[in-house]
Amino acid sequence: MSNFSSSELLTLTGVEALGLLKKREISSSELLHAYLSQIEKTKNLNLFITQTPEEARRNAQESDQRYAQGNPLPLDGLPFAHKDLFCTKDILTTAASEILSNFTPCYDATVVAKLKEAGVTMVGKTNADEFAMGSSTLTSHYGPSINPWICAQDQDPLVPGGSSGGSTAAVAAYAALASSGTDTGGSIRQPASYCGLVGIKPTYGRCSRYGIIAFASSLDQAGVHTRTVDDAALFLTHMAGHDPKDATSVKCDVPHYPDFLTGCLKGIRIGIPKEYHHAQLDTDISHLWEKGIEWVKSRGAQVEEVSLPHTALALPTYYIIAPAEASSNLARYDGVRFGVRHKGEHEDLNEMYEQTRGKGFGAEVRRRVLLGTYVLSSGFYDAYFKKAQRVRSLIAQDFTQVFSKGIDFLLTPTTPTPAFSIKTPPTDPLAMYFNDVFSTPSSLAGLPAISVPAGLSHKNLPLGLQLIGSPFSEGPLLNAAKALELEANFTPLPLQNVYIPA
Amino acid sequence: MTSPRPTGSSVGTSTSWEVVIGLEVHAQIVSNSKLFSSASTQFAGPPNTQVSFVDGGFPGQLPTLNRFCVEQAVRTGLALDGQVHTVSSFDRKNYFYADLPTGYQISQFFHPIMTGGHLDIEFDHGESKRIRINRLHLEQDAGKSFHDQHPHKSYIDLNRAGVGLMEIVSEPDLSNAEEAILYLKKLRSLLRAIGSCNANMEEGNFRADVNISLRRPGGALGTRCEIKNVNSFKFIQQAIAYEIDRQKTLLEASQPVVQETRLYDPSLGETRSMRSKEEAHDYRYFPDPDLLPVILEPSWIEEVRASLPELPAAKQKRFMETYGLVYYEAHLLTEDVSVAHFFEDGIKHLDDPVAGPKLLSSWILGDFFAKLNKENLSIDASPVTPSMLAALISLITKEVISGRIAKEVFIHMWETQKDPLQIVELHNLVQIDDKSLIQETAEKVLADNPDMVAEYHQGRDKLFGFFVGQTIKQLGGKANPSLVNSILKTLLSADRN
Repeated sequence: MSNFSSSELLTLTGVEALGLLKKREISSSELLHAYLSQIEKTKNLNLFITQTPEEARRNAQESDQRYAQGNPLPLDGLPFAHKDLFCTKDILTTAASEILSNFTPCYDATVVAKLKEAGVTMVGKTNADEFAMGSSTLTSHYGPSINPWICAQDQDPLVPGGSSGGSTAAVAAYAALASSGTDTGGSIRQPASYCGLVGIKPTYGRCSRYGIIAFASSLDQAGVHTRTVDDAALFLTHMAGHDPKDATSVKCDVPHYPDFLTGCLKGIRIGIPKEYHHAQLDTDISHLWEKGIEWVKSRGAQVEEVSLPHTALALPTYYIIAPAEASSNLARYDGVRFGVRHKGEHEDLNEMYEQTRGKGFGAEVRRRVLLGTYVLSSGFYDAYFKKAQRVRSLIAQDFTQVFSKGIDFLLTPTTPTPAFSIKTPPTDPLAMYFNDVFSTPSSLAGLPAISVPAGLSHKNLPLGLQLIGSPFSEGPLLNAAKALELEANFTPLPLQNVYIPA
Repeated sequence: MTSPRPTGSSVGTSTSWEVVIGLEVHAQIVSNSKLFSSASTQFAGPPNTQVSFVDGGFPGQLPTLNRFCVEQAVRTGLALDGQVHTVSSFDRKNYFYADLPTGYQISQFFHPIMTGGHLDIEFDHGESKRIRINRLHLEQDAGKSFHDQHPHKSYIDLNRAGVGLMEIVSEPDLSNAEEAILYLKKLRSLLRAIGSCNANMEEGNFRADVNISLRRPGGALGTRCEIKNVNSFKFIQQAIAYEIDRQKTLLEASQPVVQETRLYDPSLGETRSMRSKEEAHDYRYFPDPDLLPVILEPSWIEEVRASLPELPAAKQKRFMETYGLVYYEAHLLTEDVSVAHFFEDGIKHLDDPVAGPKLLSSWILGDFFAKLNKENLSIDASPVTPSMLAALISLITKEVISGRIAKEVFIHMWETQKDPLQIVELHNLVQIDDKSLIQETAEKVLADNPDMVAEYHQGRDKLFGFFVGQTIKQLGGKANPSLVNSILKTLLSADRN
């Protein structure tokens, strides 16, 4: 055993841990042991749907052998959690839905396989909103995850955000060093912001979607949550890349992202989209945004106001396109070949479908399937889906125009508010959807975007700033995030402050 | 070449209705793997043994396009003289059924790979009619449901799920069952010639849905019904006939034809309602976000066009011009590409390039086909090869044997696969050309039948055939028939004088 205490081990970044592992000052097994203990301690946060300690221990031992032989893999021994939307071979994969509560895939998602090949040790599958539909994990069949951050005064448990809320809460609570997420309209960035983490959604097509349970195929993209920008760059390097099994993945070389991280923004032009000055923006957040502008300037960037005129249409457009695709993507959960089939006598096939899908899907999933079915129906297609597709092109054009004028990145808040209470979440679905107001435009345009933890609200809750880049600009984008991180000097949630409900 | 034919009004007992028919053909693409997965497309495999996770619609699985299938669709589109589009795309057709694993069929609804082709059908009298083709698009097949294996269970076989199909949609240019069958046969022959589809109705890889309506001549189109599940030419003919009668009865009783999908029941010989327009699926078509548009280089399309084999219509024309065949012969020889190949292989081995081809043609279409049918063999499995048949033809044209003897040689050849000349020698079948021997025999025949000769001279010309037959018979069937003819003519006319 090394001289490192378990709290020292848990607060190491990925880069630090790799350095110590290579020097053999710590072992993969003891690093894992610290994490497995923390997973046990934080179990009341409901972070995982499935834990895989046995496989993890075996992997860590193999990792230690590789270190001993002097041929470790690039991410060897780093404890990692996968959102339960990623298919994992021989390990339960539920999409946080009752309908898949018995589903064990025979294949790994490409992102899972790539990270495995890079040597990460998977500790388990994290909770999320059902089929990634939500901004809170409240829609999970397995109950909500709880944010390890809490307001000291009112002690009101908070949502971790969503849909990748189990993944972000796990990293914030030191139950994983990093975690994967999927982002359809903000599902990586919003929970990262709510949990004080870095969360990057790369360009659409950058990471393979193969093996990721689809929500809205034209928007879904895998990414990663970490405590630092350096770690995000490190992990993304080993997740991205073209995959012949995903026709929409793009043939474009993956650079070694950590090489971009100088923190210098000299010669960089950063745009502030005026349409993001939303009336419902929390004052804490608008103050932080102003600070962010000063920070990037102090790092050498030139800041200017820009216009993305169709921004206000992004949210309604998103809530037509995403449910439309979802209504079709989720048709395969019919109880015929896999997943949970409703038990009991059925008059006919249709009744079996109705019972299986009516009971197997939660309320939010049913709502979106109905919404999506409606907007694709004959007679409504042109008015809704087709129009939404046209607006989507206009939104993408807004960004293209701004970038073609020499703007490198856009700086915006990630979310309009900090994390909200689990007990009193917005009851109106539209108020809940408003969470995605700053994240959906870049999703619709397929652009890379990153949320960087940048400050605290007056209740000491984490707030994030978002940077949006042009397609495949992840390297320079991570560098801009690094500059923000350096200036914001944000302190992650201290280990001893991790909220664990009784 | 196209001459509009008076259409449809000849059908049935009433002449006051015009029949309007359009066909949707689902042609399975000849490809080792499925349209969007690497699973095998082998016919009749044990159930559910050719199903990938993609075909099973498993979570997280994604379709990847089989380029070979795209090429076959392009070849077919070009052969149908359509416009192959440089940009086409895939859409999802959404509906729930147990043999449709993903809950949607990937098809090309908004932007098909080909539009605007045509196929010319030809009638026995040589006239032709142009049938316009609206579109050809790529789509995947569904699996199969079995409802008759168990009193209260249905079984699903997904081997077929995801197999690539070309849906070829005609305009409503067909006017009766005969035209519909001609169109389907012509299309089948074309698909086989370019090898993009095996077009076996029995194996279900060539299926047709029939859209049919009636109208007053020159009037607006009537309400149509779609007939599904017609899986043989015979059933298509019967289903169309039944449907014309049904619709006519309704219309003449001033009752409306309901737009609906009908199923043909071959055991009852009738169509019955499957689902009405109200019950019709709303397929909620939308672009499939898992697949990128198919983008084709115009130069590549031209390369494909240049590499197409000779098409049946061109082959038919060439056979008529080059070999002096009549329409009917050329049509039959070119309808099936393997027959055409057999014929042209045989041509290479003929001695007489003038008389040979015509004789070869009539032998193939006559004795050879009859024997194949009798033995229930395909032409590729024939024990008689093109060179063997050509050798037999050469023996006839060189007058080594008579056509009559050739029939005997052919049977030996079929059974023994021996060279025809060898057979002729072995069985001593060489034609007798010895004029004095023939004359001697003929004289004897006439002398033995004085009454017949008398009757012949009284005007019973038909008896000439009897004398010929008798003479040849006396010579063991081997006498040169034309010599027998001329010698008998001379003898009989001398006799009269």
